[in-house]
Amino acid sequence: MQRYSGFSLVKHALSHHENWQRHWRNPTPKKRYDVIIVGGGGHGLATAWYLAKEFGITNVAVIEKGWLGGGNTARNTTIVRSNYLWDEAGRLYNHSLDLWKGLSQDLNYNVMFSQRGVLNLAHTLQDMRDVQRRVNANRLNGIDSEVVTPEQIKEIEPALDTSKRARYPIMGASWQQSAGVARHDAVAWGFARGADSLGVDLLQNTEVTGFKIRDGQIYGVHTNRGDIEAQTVGCVAAGNSGVLANMAGLKLPLESHPLQALVSEPLKPILNTVTMSNHVHGYASQSDKGDLVIGAGIDGYLGYGQRGSFPTVEHTLQAIVEMFPMFSRVRMNRQWGGIVDTCPDACPILSKTKVKGLYFNCGWGTGGFKATPGSGHVFAASLAKGEMHPIAAPFSIDRFHTGALIDEHGAAGVAH
Amino acid sequence: MFYIFCPYCDERREEEEFHPSGQAHLVRPTDPESVSDEAWGDYLFFRDNPRGIHHEMWVHRLGCRKFFNITRDTTTYEILETYPMGEQPTITAETARVRREQGVQTADGGWQTVGAQPENSTLNEETSS
Ligand SMILES: Cc1cc2nc3c(=O)[nH]c(=O)nc-3n(C[C@H](O)[C@H](O)[C@H](O)COP(=O)(O)OP(=O)(O)OC[C@H]3O[C@@H](n4cnc5c(N)ncnc54)[C@H](O)[C@@H]3O)c2cc1C
Ligand SMILES: [Zn+2]
Repeated sequence: MQRYSGFSLVKHALSHHENWQRHWRNPTPKKRYDVIIVGGGGHGLATAWYLAKEFGITNVAVIEKGWLGGGNTARNTTIVRSNYLWDEAGRLYNHSLDLWKGLSQDLNYNVMFSQRGVLNLAHTLQDMRDVQRRVNANRLNGIDSEVVTPEQIKEIEPALDTSKRARYPIMGASWQQSAGVARHDAVAWGFARGADSLGVDLLQNTEVTGFKIRDGQIYGVHTNRGDIEAQTVGCVAAGNSGVLANMAGLKLPLESHPLQALVSEPLKPILNTVTMSNHVHGYASQSDKGDLVIGAGIDGYLGYGQRGSFPTVEHTLQAIVEMFPMFSRVRMNRQWGGIVDTCPDACPILSKTKVKGLYFNCGWGTGGFKATPGSGHVFAASLAKGEMHPIAAPFSIDRFHTGALIDEHGAAGVAH
Repeated sequence: MFYIFCPYCDERREEEEFHPSGQAHLVRPTDPESVSDEAWGDYLFFRDNPRGIHHEMWVHRLGCRKFFNITRDTTTYEILETYPMGEQPTITAETARVRREQGVQTADGGWQTVGAQPENSTLNEETSS
């Protein structure tokens, strides 16, 4: 693999940047692999990379029905944070945040991780209590988090309407300084390039259409390019996880909903941080290109259409204008949707299944981008050892029958 | 944007008057105390989530405030029928597949197979007149 550096940039400038190596190969599928990952989004690619790099398992295929990172990975609003309420979730997302910090170096690929901080606003007394409770829980878990006053909020984000005149005046917020944003495509491409260089086969335009199961043990998958065998298969297919589970005769407690986002025309730098409000129901940040990156809640009905309905767009923009009145005349450039796999307790599923060797990593719903490195790391460890990694273990699918749910609706409602 | 026919108000109204309320025809176990954890968990948390025909409950929240059912395709978002609580759907994944393969007559007299409308839809009549 060609390494990227300041020096390589200068060297390639001499040949007008026409001789850069391709990021990854386009291999023909082999008959058999040690591990198959279904789904070439950020989580699937990260899993493959950690399998190869940390656990020495390089005979791996990532099977993707479209192109790499074209699912929710390419559609999300890139917020990275770890201020979740419960110990289990805090550990998982904080493990991920730790990996984000060194990711560009580890991958030799600039994922543009920018720790510009995240505000979660409170507009009611109950909001304030929730914020305080969550901040306290975060601090007990070693997650940096603090309660800030409207005056402090004004310092952090002057564009916000912190006045008493607002329809829903801001009473305070939680503030995680170490949170921020990253470049979504670069994350997928960085993991893909790294995995490929260690020998992982990235099979694009290859759709898994069924599983090969014998005596309760998986031994391969059917695809539109023929059968491919492996004794270990990890499904990381976000909104399509339920469809895959059905193929294996399993059912998951997931519902697939459209989640929309939109970006504005590019503006001069105006937002310093990421601001979200559960109560007013919207959030915004500004990309390095200058566009406002805006989102809110899911469309309430089931949908696999990767688009949503206009009322949701309208509500989202109402919330943004309520929080930032000065944006009322900014024009929106693009709008799109992804299919998010929402779970009843707003936490993911990282789990074995009744089929031996078949694992699922899904249910990340509206908020899995931030977890990409952590999820890939603990899932790879689980696939490599055949036992769920201790950080992943509480997220077993069994919890929907034992009752040990991890309710993160407060930390993950409209906040992604 | 959905334009939804409420079977109680007997007219089409805009999506914003309605609220989706999840999978239809779920039956609560009659004696919750005696069901297994498995059955109770299934009832509470596990839904069909199909790619295709889905029967779902909606409430006409800013209208008559009654619940009713919709049969809808989750990939095309096409609403195939709406029917009151207590009734069964006339279109299921099975019958819809047949209809899609056979196609339907369109308003201009043509024959349409992809994204075919059900015969009982009055949408075509409305647009042609
Ligand atoms: C609008 C929007 C905003 C969001 N904002 C945030 C945010 O700010 N912060 C945050 O943390 N998270 C956010 N999320 C959530 C986040 O995007 C996802 O949780 C995360 O990207 C999921 O990654 P993934 O790799 O699991 O899924 P994906 O990137 O969706 O990858 C799954 C892949 O599986 C493939 N696949 C499916 N079925 C098959 C098959 N049968 N065979 C082969 N391949 C298959 C798909 O083509 C797809 O590429 C947002 C999501 C959306 C839609
Ligand atoms: Zn009505």
